[in-house]
Amino acid sequence: MTAVGTELPAQTFPIARANLVRYAGASGDFNPIHWNERFATEVGLPNVIAHGMYTMALVCRVVTDWAGDPGAVVEYGVRFTRPVVVPDPEGAELEVTGVVAAAGEDGLGVVDLTAKVNGQTVLAKARATVRLPAVSR
Amino acid sequence: MPLDQSFVGRVYAPTAPYDVGREKIREFADAIGDANPAYRDPDAAKALGYPDVIAPPTFAIIVTSRAAHQVIMDPELGVDYSRVVHGEQRFVHTRPIHAGDALTVVVTVETIRSAAGNDIVSTRGDVSTVDGEAVLSAYGTLVVRGAVG
Repeated sequence: MTAVGTELPAQTFPIARANLVRYAGASGDFNPIHWNERFATEVGLPNVIAHGMYTMALVCRVVTDWAGDPGAVVEYGVRFTRPVVVPDPEGAELEVTGVVAAAGEDGLGVVDLTAKVNGQTVLAKARATVRLPAVSR
Repeated sequence: MPLDQSFVGRVYAPTAPYDVGREKIREFADAIGDANPAYRDPDAAKALGYPDVIAPPTFAIIVTSRAAHQVIMDPELGVDYSRVVHGEQRFVHTRPIHAGDALTVVVTVETIRSAAGNDIVSTRGDVSTVDGEAVLSAYGTLVVRGAVG
């Protein structure tokens, strides 16, 4: 049984403009705020920002890498609270940690996730419900 | 002007089928930098009990955001799309999406409210196969930023 309080291996994800262009192509979200600095600043943003869904996908990797079977993630939700600004060429670094907040007899665990850039959280209520790995149950 | 509350509860017609392909899943996994073999190798996915390669949990947004656009782009609702930002997103999976799925989405407008000068629209997208098997529900909240000043 995975114990409440178990920490998942933390991960840091560097985010560069090229990652956003690639995610735009793969996801079909071509909003120019995610790749065009001129457009982003014209609409009042400090610079190009990452797709919220890209950040959400990276954060989930801490859970799927831990679970092994990505299909074990039965529920996953986040609230987007702060844009991830991605200047060129510096980029950004997303630091993700996770902790098991609940583990039931039904084999389901709840993982609370924290995502930070420059020490500031960028997501709230980031939480995944996972079928816990059988080996650790 | 606040958005029309009468849209709450509105259900949109099922979307045209989206055919999930192995290479699209691989492209998405590459884009999020995830080397998990369950996304790439049919044998690895079968060893986990799936019929074919599965998609990352957030792959569903490809299918469900198009469906939610029916609401946001509905001329009757009158949202200014250039002012829309993503507020919240949640997926509840009955099972993972896998290659070979033909998926259709039925979108329901769950709530419309105003807060701090913004309009907030929450939708639910129920995703099923064209054969009627439930796959997941996607709960999305979009914030329509109020005009500045």
